[in-house]
Amino acid sequence: MNGFDWNAAGEVLPLLLEGFEVTLLATVLGTLVAAVLGLAVAVAGRAPSRFVTVPVRVVMEFVRSTPLLVQLVGAAALFTSVEPLTIGIVVLGVHYAAYTSEVYRAGIDGVPKGQWEACRALSLPPRRTWQAVILPQAVRNVLPALGNYAISMFKETPFLAVITVHEMVFEARQYGAENFGYYTEAFTLAGLIFLVASYPTSLLMRKLEKRLGH
Amino acid sequence: MSDFFSTLVDEFPQVRAGLWVTLQATVLGALLALALSFLLGLMAGSRLLLVRGVSRVVVEFFRGTSLYIQLFWLYYAMPPLTGYELTPLLCGVVAFGLNYGAYGAEIVRGAVNSVPRGQYEAALALNLSPARRMRKVILPQAWVQMIPSFTNLLIQLLKCTPLLWLISAADLMTVIQQLRDRTGETLTAYLTLLAVYFVLAYALTLLMNLLERTAKRRLGLATGAGSLFRSRSAATTTVGGTR
Repeated sequence: MNGFDWNAAGEVLPLLLEGFEVTLLATVLGTLVAAVLGLAVAVAGRAPSRFVTVPVRVVMEFVRSTPLLVQLVGAAALFTSVEPLTIGIVVLGVHYAAYTSEVYRAGIDGVPKGQWEACRALSLPPRRTWQAVILPQAVRNVLPALGNYAISMFKETPFLAVITVHEMVFEARQYGAENFGYYTEAFTLAGLIFLVASYPTSLLMRKLEKRLGH
Repeated sequence: MSDFFSTLVDEFPQVRAGLWVTLQATVLGALLALALSFLLGLMAGSRLLLVRGVSRVVVEFFRGTSLYIQLFWLYYAMPPLTGYELTPLLCGVVAFGLNYGAYGAEIVRGAVNSVPRGQYEAALALNLSPARRMRKVILPQAWVQMIPSFTNLLIQLLKCTPLLWLISAADLMTVIQQLRDRTGETLTAYLTLLAVYFVLAYALTLLMNLLERTAKRRLGLATGAGSLFRSRSAATTTVGGTR
């Protein structure tokens, strides 16, 4: 077998697109987990007690500095009864939360000090200070960065194939293995699908960043 | 638990060999990425549309297609297509180098662009040749700005090396997984693996901080010793994408 087989390419394409739906699902849900958890971590990181802030920071630094693949494979080996897709989404979410929490942190630090002081002067309770004053200002600034992390997460979803989530790369590998090594067609197409999906999104994010003045 | 560690001590030569493969992939991949970053990043600043265009296309291609696919393409798809076959380690080095080189090119481009305009004009006024202008005036200043982003990229690259396990290079992850299979201690095995990666990442960060300090000294910007232990920031975003 030599060269690029167009018949095989036509055969594998529907399978890849089917897997692509799972890829998208994992990206969207993973991003949601990362966005929510990251915010929680960032807020916890500003707690008044060091007994809260230091452990949170250490754990997040650890998650951020260690490989996603090891985290995924480890989690899948420990929780064998949980569905692989769920594990994948949670691990992706937690991994990226370590990054998004820093983004939120910078966003929160970017809110002028006077705003905090004004809240204190009005004797707003902490909950309302966060909800009504700090977060609305902070979140607006972090949206482009969150979008960029969503794009990188999208490009890392192929890791999920390792824990047998039936996403696009899983389908590509399976097709290649079942059809005496038509890996060339499967992986070339999978790469092109990634390119077609991620490049316009990157362009869009760049526009959004410029628009918000970053 | 002690079972795992006693096996680890018994099999130490194997573990060391795995660690060596991981380190080789990281260092060689990073060197290739560094070279490509400068090549593509400086090409992006060229006056010729063709040169700029080539750099743009290469960068967007390698950033857009996912490292995982590039690695697998090199390992599975290239041999039947071209007849050439790379060893697993070499596949890793090439894929890491190309992918992170594309991200690095954006860092180089951004840093070179951020050197104040007046510096170019002064170098021009002194009649320095373009090569000398780059080497003596622009790059030393841009380099200081590149290092923190490069540190992040280097750690990202290190974190991708477990992929070598999937293309059957005997890297650290492969070896630890073998120990896990033999002892059945899943939690200990993976925690150990994560801890080793954490230590490696921290060591690399220290080295890069040292490099940054040296580069700053060359510009006359002295920093205290405390800057060495600073952790890297997660929030460095280059234009049009993180990492």
